[in-house]
Amino acid sequence: MSGKKASYDLPIGPIHPALKEPINFTFKMNGEVVEEVDFAPGRAHRGIEWMGMRRNPVQILHLCDRICGICGVSHALAFGQAVEQIAKVEVPDRAYYVRTIIAEFERIQSHLLWAGVAAHELGFDTLFYLAWQVREESVDVIEYITGNRINYGIIQIGGTRRDITADMFPRIEQALRYYESLFDKMVRLFLTDKTIAMRCKNTGILTKRRALELATVGPTSRASGLAMDVRKDSPYAAYGDLDFDIVLPDVYGNETVGDVYDRIVVRLYEIPQSISIIRQCMQNMPDGPVLAEEKYAKILSGLKKAAGEAFARVEAPRGEDMHYVRMNGKQEPPEMWKVKASTYSNQMAWVEILKGEQIADIPIIVASIDPCMSCTDRVAVVGSGGEHDILTKEHLHRLSVEKTRRMQQ
Amino acid sequence: MRATLTQRELADRFVSRFGDEISDVRIIEWSEGIKKIPQRSVWMTIPRDILVDAVNELITIDYPHLGVVAAADNGDIIDLLYHLQVFFGGVHEEIEVIFTVKIPKSDPHVPTISALIPGAVYTEREKQDMIGVIVDGIPDSRRIFLPDDFPEDVYPWRKDEKGIPASMVRDLWKVGRPTDRPAPPVSDKKADEDSTGDTTKAPKNEQGGEL
Repeated sequence: MSGKKASYDLPIGPIHPALKEPINFTFKMNGEVVEEVDFAPGRAHRGIEWMGMRRNPVQILHLCDRICGICGVSHALAFGQAVEQIAKVEVPDRAYYVRTIIAEFERIQSHLLWAGVAAHELGFDTLFYLAWQVREESVDVIEYITGNRINYGIIQIGGTRRDITADMFPRIEQALRYYESLFDKMVRLFLTDKTIAMRCKNTGILTKRRALELATVGPTSRASGLAMDVRKDSPYAAYGDLDFDIVLPDVYGNETVGDVYDRIVVRLYEIPQSISIIRQCMQNMPDGPVLAEEKYAKILSGLKKAAGEAFARVEAPRGEDMHYVRMNGKQEPPEMWKVKASTYSNQMAWVEILKGEQIADIPIIVASIDPCMSCTDRVAVVGSGGEHDILTKEHLHRLSVEKTRRMQQ
Repeated sequence: MRATLTQRELADRFVSRFGDEISDVRIIEWSEGIKKIPQRSVWMTIPRDILVDAVNELITIDYPHLGVVAAADNGDIIDLLYHLQVFFGGVHEEIEVIFTVKIPKSDPHVPTISALIPGAVYTEREKQDMIGVIVDGIPDSRRIFLPDDFPEDVYPWRKDEKGIPASMVRDLWKVGRPTDRPAPPVSDKKADEDSTGDTTKAPKNEQGGEL
C-alpha cells in the first residue's frame, strides 16, 4: 500500500440519525479524517418572511412564535422591538421586565435541551434523560406564566399580552431554587466526567480570531473567548437595568481553548446567570400596566401610518437574533421583513471546526454550535433523500393527499 | 473601556475620509428599560464603489462583527443594508454601523466583502438567491437556500416581475408531479395487495427466509 490514500466523499443528511434537523453535509474524507466540509442548508424552508409580508404586524408576531420551537420568544421579541422603534411605541416599564423573565426561562430550557442533546450525541443517554427531565421544570414555569409550553404568544406590539403578578413569584422562585440545587450536580456530571472530557476537550476548536472573522454569535463565539452578548452590548428590554457579566469559559477553567468542552462550560454557566437575572427582575419590577394599547384595532391603525426602517436584536439562547423591518406608512404589512437567526451566523464555523476531525466526532461537533435549521431556513421547499432527490412542495402536497386518500379507504 | 469613538466621531471620520460619497448620515439612539441605556447606531448611505474601502476603514477602527446583509426591493433600485457592530464586549459600549448601498436593478452588481470578513460569504450567497444581486468576486457563488431546480431569474424577495409569480403559489395541487424525478420509494398499491395475497397462499418465496 502506498502511503497516500485517495480521498472520498461522505454525504450525511439531509435526514440522518445524527442530525436533529434536516441539513445536507458533504465531507471529503481521507481515511477517518475530515479534509473538507461543505454543507447545504435550505431543507426546512417554509416561506415565513414571504407570508409575513402579506400579513399585518400583529399577525406576524404569531408567525414569529413559530419560526423556532425552542426560541419561542426571541423572534417575536426582536420583531416587536423593530416595529416599536419604527412606530415609536412607548412600552410600559413593567412589560420590559415580563419580557426579560420569559426570555431567561427560555434560555434555561434551551441550554438544558442542548446539554441533553450533547450527552446523547456522545452516547451518554442516562445524562440525556436527566437533562431533559430537569428541563421540564422550566417548561412548566413557562406554561404557568404564558399558558403554553412552546409558542407562548406573550409578546404584543407595545408590551406583553399577560402580566406576571406578585402572587406568581413563589412558583417562579421554587423553580429557581430547584435549578440552583441542581447546578453543582450538573457541573459535576458534565465537566468532571472523564468520558465527556476525553471526547470534548481539544475537539472542534474555533480560535477567537476565526470566531470573529466568521461572524459567529452567542455561546459559540463566547466559548472562543470572544466577549459578545447583545444583552450587555446594546441592552434591550430590562437588561440595561440589571447586573450581570458576559459568561466566558474562564469561569470554570483557567484557559480558553474554544473547543466543544468550552461550549458546554459557557452554556452551563449561563444557567445560574439566568437565575440571577430572573431574581433581579422579580425584585425590581415596577408597577403599572404591561401593554401600551389593549385594543387590537387601535394598535393596528397606529402601525398603519408608521414609516421607517429598523434593525432590532435579541440575544437568543443560541446567539444574536436580528430582525430587519421596513414599513412605508401606506399599508399594514411591512414592506420588507428579514429574519437573521442565530444559527445563520454560526454555520460558517462548521467548515472551520470540522476540518481535521474524525468521522465519529462529527455529530458532537455539529451539535456543539446548537444548530437550529428551522430558524435559519425559512423559504418554501423541503428536501429529502439524496442530494438531487429533492421533494418540491407540490410533490409533498400530492403525497399528503395520497396519504389522506389511503386513510379514507 | 473598548470604545474609542462616539457615534458622532465615527460618522465624522467616514465623512472626512470619503467626503460627499457618504450621504444620509443618521445617528440614532433607542432605549428601553427604566435606566434608558441607549442602543446606538450610525446609518450611512454609500455608493458601491467605496463599499470595500468603507468596511476597511471600519476594520482600522475596530474589527467589526457582521450581523447580516439585509436587502429590500425599492422600485428601480435594490437597497442592501450591511449591518456591522464595533466596540462590543464592553459594558453598553457597542455601536451598530449600517451601510446602505443602493444598486440599480438594471446593473445589479456589488463587490464582495468576503476578503475582509470571510463570514460574509453566507449572507452574500443568500442575497444572490433571494433578491438577484450579483456579488462580484464571491468565492462560492452556488445557491444556498433555494433548491437546484428553482427557476432561474425568479427571486423571492423581489416585488417586480421577477418575484414569485402567482402560478408558483396558487393552486399547487394543479401543478402535478415533476417528470424528471425518480419515483418515490412507495410500492404500487395493487402490487402490494397481490404480494400479500401470494404470501398467504404460497408457502415461501424464493428467498426462503424465515423471520
